[in-house]
Amino acid sequence: MEFIRNFPFFSILLPMVSGPISSCLSGKTAKKISLTILSIDCVLSAAVLWYVRTQDGMFTYKMGNYPAPFGNEIRIGTLEAFMALFFCIVMLLSLWGGLNHVKQDVPEEKTNLYFILINLLLSSLLALIYTNDLFTAYVFIEINTISACGLIMVRGWGRNILAAIKYMIMSLLGSGLVLISLSILYGITGHLLMENIHDAAVQIMEQQTYVEPLTVAIGLFCVGIAIKSALFPFHAWLPDAYSYSTCSSSAILSSLVSKGYIFLLIKFFYRVIGTDIIRQTHVDNVLFIFGIAGMIVGSLSAIQQTDAGRMIAFSSVAQIGYIYMGFGLSTEAGMIASVFHILSHAASKSMLFVSATGLSEVSGGNTFYRSLTGAGYRHPLAGIAFSVGSFSMVGIPLLAGFTSKVYFAEAAFTASRGKMVVTLIALAISTVLNAMYFLRQVITIYTPARDVPRPEGYRPSRSMCAALALFIVMNFLLGMCSHPIFLWIQDGLANFS
Amino acid sequence: MDILWKNYIDVAAMILFGIGFSNLLLQKNLIKKIIGLNIMDTAVYLFLASMGYLTDRAAPIVVDGVTDAEAYINPIPSGLVLTGIVVSVSVTAIMLSLTIRLYQRYRTLDLDEITILVRKEHNDGIYS
Repeated sequence: MEFIRNFPFFSILLPMVSGPISSCLSGKTAKKISLTILSIDCVLSAAVLWYVRTQDGMFTYKMGNYPAPFGNEIRIGTLEAFMALFFCIVMLLSLWGGLNHVKQDVPEEKTNLYFILINLLLSSLLALIYTNDLFTAYVFIEINTISACGLIMVRGWGRNILAAIKYMIMSLLGSGLVLISLSILYGITGHLLMENIHDAAVQIMEQQTYVEPLTVAIGLFCVGIAIKSALFPFHAWLPDAYSYSTCSSSAILSSLVSKGYIFLLIKFFYRVIGTDIIRQTHVDNVLFIFGIAGMIVGSLSAIQQTDAGRMIAFSSVAQIGYIYMGFGLSTEAGMIASVFHILSHAASKSMLFVSATGLSEVSGGNTFYRSLTGAGYRHPLAGIAFSVGSFSMVGIPLLAGFTSKVYFAEAAFTASRGKMVVTLIALAISTVLNAMYFLRQVITIYTPARDVPRPEGYRPSRSMCAALALFIVMNFLLGMCSHPIFLWIQDGLANFS
Repeated sequence: MDILWKNYIDVAAMILFGIGFSNLLLQKNLIKKIIGLNIMDTAVYLFLASMGYLTDRAAPIVVDGVTDAEAYINPIPSGLVLTGIVVSVSVTAIMLSLTIRLYQRYRTLDLDEITILVRKEHNDGIYS
């Protein structure tokens, strides 16, 4: 039983080791190894979640058994374990759903390199979730950035490389800000472990000695993470990066990569600084305004798109806006709603990307709005999955997106009066806008088109169909059985502080 | 004013960080962007290293059996700088390799020009 305490560390280390090993294997073997590692990580994370739930709810794992100020730590609570499990599952399904396209889009001699990137991404995401040390977090942010950049440019088209370099530039600006922020934090507190910084920050606020540097550090960290997770004014890199890459990459990038950073920001709020101090510095109000703006602007841009892939990508900007709006409510209910939205967005958006690719297979290989006409009849399962994903994003009852919108609306009533009114209005407007572009696309794919036959001898790939079916189940599960997850999130956040 | 003079190294580091940051953000030329990135990172290392340095103390390597902590500086900032250098070298390498790919294809380093060329390719229906 005690042995399970090692599992989080194993689940980080396994993909990290298997990545370099894959570099000298053939593409096929690398694929098998990568899928196996992902499945093993799912099992390990599930075991950790079970352990945490049956034991006292959290534990700290010391690397090499060195005590606090010298050694590095990872910390596991309910929320971390659940997030890790969820991320592993979404990643496995996204990868599985797009395996055929990896084969088509990546040159055969380079297929193994693609799976190295997947492994590194998995390892860095898990490390971002588990780590208890800010500098380790920074290092893994950079690993995450590098592997995401690789996933974006894997197709090797001109526009992929351009999208990758734009992504790199924005990400590096973000990580530069994160680095200077944690240097300042280290300078004024003398610690890098999260709890120790928290204690020092509380002391600083009591003595009123270094309040300005602390505020600056908090601001820089938030801006850095906001750039990296594409909050509204910094979202210019996102559409190209998400929409032109290969199917699995788009699904993984949109559903997981930005969420890893956002999870780190939650930890920063709760464990490093403490929510009270965050409220004193009014960072939450700034995030609230940009979140609301992102919700509206992202949807407005999505309406103008003529390509379904880009439309889904712009819708991500709006959904990221939702998450930051929840942070900005600065109540516990708002934070829970945000965390739940991370889950529901990850489940729906990856399904939308995979199913859009499935629809494009039967529509001449592109995802233009018009060429998808009638695609729902030519590839029934992808059509259903796309509809379910769209309905979930719009907020039709029984689906994940609806539940998170309900949580947001409930959370709005716990916030101050002004914020409540703004949140409710923004939710209403954004839902209408979401409905405009998603339902338009769903209607198009179910409009019969006589002149476009199903391609000769086309058979939908089995892996994609299985992944889509599982995604649909996951969306319904998140929508209908949300209460235990809600309790886990509540528990996890309570453990955080 | 006095406090700025006293901490002149930190002030210099912050100014350099600003220079690097704005170069990375605003320059059109990709190589100049990468130079900006390196200035930005180096400024952070200057900040960290100056924070960790105390006059009259040695690097934290035990020599001649002196084990008194007072004789040495704090090793953690130096460790952070080393890690940071490794990270910045690898991202610089990636940026340079992407720049080479773009230059080979479009024969220019100007990001705006490349964007126009890519859009033209897109409109002509070239996917490769």
